[in-house]
Amino acid sequence: MALQTLVIGGGISGITAAVELADAGQELVLLEKDAYLGGHVSQFNNYFPKLCPPSCGLEINYRRIRSNPRITFQTGAEVKSIAGVDGDFRVIVALKAEMINNSCTSCGLCAEVCPEERPFKLGRTKGEKAAYINNGLSFPAKYNIDPEYCKKEACGKCLEVCDYEAINLNALPTEVEFQAGKIILATGWSPYDASLIENYSYSDEADVLTNLEFERIMAACGRENKKLERPSDGKSPKRIAFVQCAGSRDENHLPYCSAVCCSASVKHALSLAESYPDITSEIFYIDLRLSGRNEKLLNKAEASSSVTLTKGKVGRIEHADGGVLLEVEDILKGKKRKDVFDMVVLATGLVCANPLPGLALNEAGFLKPIQEAGIYPASSCKRPMDVSTSVKDATATALKTMKRDHE
Amino acid sequence: MSEVKGNRILAVCSGCSIGKALDVEQLVQTIGGENEGLSCMQHPALCSEAGVQELQGAIEENAAGSVAVAACSPRVKVEQFRFDGSYIERVNLREQVAWVMDDGDEDTQACAEDQVRMALAKLASIKDVKPYIPEILSSEILVVGGGISGLHAAIEGAEAGYRVHLLEKGNRLGGYAGRIHRLLPAPGKNMELREPDIKLLSDRVKAHDGIDVYLESTVAGIEGEPGNFRVRLENAEKTKLTVGSVVLSTGWKPYKADNLSYLGYGQKGVLTLEEFEKHVEKDKVPDRVLFILCAGSRDKDHLPYCSSYCCTAALKQALYVREKNPNAQVYLVYRDIRTTGFQEGFYKMVQEDDAIFLTKGSIASVVSKNDVLQVIVKDSLLDDEVLIESEMVVLASGMVPNSSDELNLNYRLGKGIPQLEYDFSDSHFICFPYETRRTGIYASGTVRAPMDLESSAEDGAGAMMKAIQCVESVKRGEAVHPRSGDMTWPELYMERCTDCKRCTEECPFGAYDETEKGTPLSNPARCRRCGICVGSCPERVIGFSDYSINSVSAMIKSVSMPDEFDEKPRVLVFVCENDAYPALDAAGLHRLAYSPYVRIIPVRCLGSVNKVWISDALSHGYDGILQIGCKPGDDYQCHFIHGSELTEQRGENMQETLETMMLETERIQTSFVEITDHHKITEIINEYMEVLEDIGPNPFKSM
Repeated sequence: MALQTLVIGGGISGITAAVELADAGQELVLLEKDAYLGGHVSQFNNYFPKLCPPSCGLEINYRRIRSNPRITFQTGAEVKSIAGVDGDFRVIVALKAEMINNSCTSCGLCAEVCPEERPFKLGRTKGEKAAYINNGLSFPAKYNIDPEYCKKEACGKCLEVCDYEAINLNALPTEVEFQAGKIILATGWSPYDASLIENYSYSDEADVLTNLEFERIMAACGRENKKLERPSDGKSPKRIAFVQCAGSRDENHLPYCSAVCCSASVKHALSLAESYPDITSEIFYIDLRLSGRNEKLLNKAEASSSVTLTKGKVGRIEHADGGVLLEVEDILKGKKRKDVFDMVVLATGLVCANPLPGLALNEAGFLKPIQEAGIYPASSCKRPMDVSTSVKDATATALKTMKRDHE
Repeated sequence: MSEVKGNRILAVCSGCSIGKALDVEQLVQTIGGENEGLSCMQHPALCSEAGVQELQGAIEENAAGSVAVAACSPRVKVEQFRFDGSYIERVNLREQVAWVMDDGDEDTQACAEDQVRMALAKLASIKDVKPYIPEILSSEILVVGGGISGLHAAIEGAEAGYRVHLLEKGNRLGGYAGRIHRLLPAPGKNMELREPDIKLLSDRVKAHDGIDVYLESTVAGIEGEPGNFRVRLENAEKTKLTVGSVVLSTGWKPYKADNLSYLGYGQKGVLTLEEFEKHVEKDKVPDRVLFILCAGSRDKDHLPYCSSYCCTAALKQALYVREKNPNAQVYLVYRDIRTTGFQEGFYKMVQEDDAIFLTKGSIASVVSKNDVLQVIVKDSLLDDEVLIESEMVVLASGMVPNSSDELNLNYRLGKGIPQLEYDFSDSHFICFPYETRRTGIYASGTVRAPMDLESSAEDGAGAMMKAIQCVESVKRGEAVHPRSGDMTWPELYMERCTDCKRCTEECPFGAYDETEKGTPLSNPARCRRCGICVGSCPERVIGFSDYSINSVSAMIKSVSMPDEFDEKPRVLVFVCENDAYPALDAAGLHRLAYSPYVRIIPVRCLGSVNKVWISDALSHGYDGILQIGCKPGDDYQCHFIHGSELTEQRGENMQETLETMMLETERIQTSFVEITDHHKITEIINEYMEVLEDIGPNPFKSM
């Protein structure tokens, strides 16, 4: 009997690889470092080009995970090392302290009595407690305790109300070893650190956000049924600038194109136009790269009176009275512009989120498609790509683990 | 189908505030009193180890074939409430009653009682599941099209141990990839164009023991179903095959250049990308070549989409020009240069060549004068209007998908798989790109979406993975996505069928064929178990073992109906279990209150709601019927393609029925939500209650 496959990373790619393999009859374990599956997309507002919610497809996949006994998953699991060879890997995995275990029913009493708040971060629900759940569609459907803000035994209020013996405030991190025949690496991407683009004032200006932060804010607005507010003073923004290639296609930062940001910014502008008729968006670009059928999204933006598309690389972003000043050369009109916006969204690029040393990287820092025998990287840890391409790549990569060593 | 063996039992949980909202003791007494001999248990934490153990004991003690678990949503604690050999029906007393309705209120209690009654009624009317497995089962896979995508599908499938039949209508393998002069540089290498390597792959495919290659062969016909597709090939041997699933990788053709005369095509010296690819193999390259990008692409009069490969291909050909004729100058006129991802490095390298000039702009005209082509470029970065003279113009024309009709499916719904936007045979799903509407047939490569060689190669492997998965699922008697693992399937009571053809027309997946007379011929392995045929059938002859006209009717009628003087309306809510149901659960988690007068029945798809359920509800005395499903339209999210649209269409007929019954048309309402609309879904319910308040009780109530 061949050893099971280990899928490292529980975002859309890892989930896809897992359900596709399990439905094909394979046994596997899916590891995710966070408390919930779903990765970046579970915190997205919507997908381009349909502007539809990611939870819709995730829910189907979660149902496939719940109902398929061939899949085991483990959250709070971070891979430390991989030893062994193709067909016989031994993987050391650090498990975070499980302060709330699987007996949790998500009844929510712990959060109700919890006196500690997690500090507000963009996209997080305001006033969220140290005992929290991501959102109503999170999987697994259980609460979680943020050890950084929990006072543990000094407080213990949650212990008093939990009827299900689900809480252990003294839980400690542990380490386990998994055996695996094949390994799929689906560790995904991280946003490029926008503070490194010094002329864009990301670190100093509250109203200069990254596209990922904006995505999460938009999602939180929907979840909490609230209107979009500007981070600095809570006012309703009227003019929002989207700055493309913030770090991408730039030898000083990321020499490559991050492939998703043009479609993502146009998506944001159209989502704003739909929900907030009084907000106008202006997208500053070098090239508009909405390839394939995403062109249709661009056509919608061109037709929208709320969206302006301006060719020009933004040179500088800085503080202005009542907003954020943006300096740009409008290439097609051939003139320099200085303009104040209420909010600026930086289309920061994608970098590889690689958890492990010793893997073969290309010069852009992404995982090479070919690794040691038996280890297969999938999707956006190989190169920047959008969700649909990631799903396709994860499905294709899953098949590689089924390769038989015949002959 | 036979009845579910064994007794029914009821297990009620009082944890998670259920016990606070309800009088569980009273609930058990009431329900127990109504159902003679029904064994009931209650537990303060049914999902706990102790609770599950106790339930397990009760199942054994009562020889229970089915259990109503009245606790939390069926979306949680799935593992805890899985008992081999017993059918489990979950009653969502937590998210959809206790968390959204007033504690200790008689209306909350009544709602819980009815939800339990409905579950028990369902359990009394369901049958045992006997999985459908075709008698002849093949694990072999047919790949139609021997281009790069088909070759990758074939080799990856064979290496996973599946026998592959690879079909190519031409006399050689390789497709478009076999006709190109040079490949793009390998990422990160020395940035030199590479020799084509498709022959290596073709040779590997031809040499592989697990692959049969059929050249100069086409499909004459395919019939049957996943696991047992019977294929006739049109070739010298008139080969016949039986395969389990199919990969369609028939690729693309260039956009018709004759339509590009406005860009000079037809004049001497004007070529397309494909023609230039051949031209450089043997002919001379002049001193000046101008490339026009998006020639007929991103243009509503030609191809409205971006073909996604042409920018890079044109940049590559600019290098051919420079390599063949070092004195040559090259111009590229573009709208946007779309070299995404790591192709940006290649773009940069081309830009470094001083003799290659790139400008954004649009083409006003291309006119030949004394063997020189005069190209007028507007709105460029250089000037409002410039004239560039060139000896050769290359049009980067786009990609048009080949028709999937080449499959020659002998299906009621047509020869191919539906070609959607811009004629691509795609799924239209972002999350599930391979889910075509013909089960067991998976499109890969450029027949599915515009893509480059690298992407087409990956796509072949992805589609093959789905084809393998389909074969394996059919072997287990299970449905494929999105109801993966479902072992129920539609059974038809043919004696009452009137050959009306609704099921054969409305099935989104073409599961039904029909005889000449129009009698439906079921192919259960093609079925995706959405139940749209259950909703379509006016004679009510189609049903699944646990989802049938009878089982849902029984649920509807099991609700205790107050009389009209009680001023307690009842609203039947059909909720699509894919998106609307989770949205209701999320409303529960957020404790967003809604009316306790609703009685909720989850449905496989809104399209599966049969008209008889609605008339049953009206004659039973419900005051209104609310159907909540997924958003229809171009950007639809219905997992079964057109369930919501069908509901809208059928709704129009229902309105007429209501009028003839002298009932207000507001008695039936259909609403659409997204899965994240937990706020909106509670508003929909509460606003509907106000509508009903205005029109008053259903006059059939006390009849």
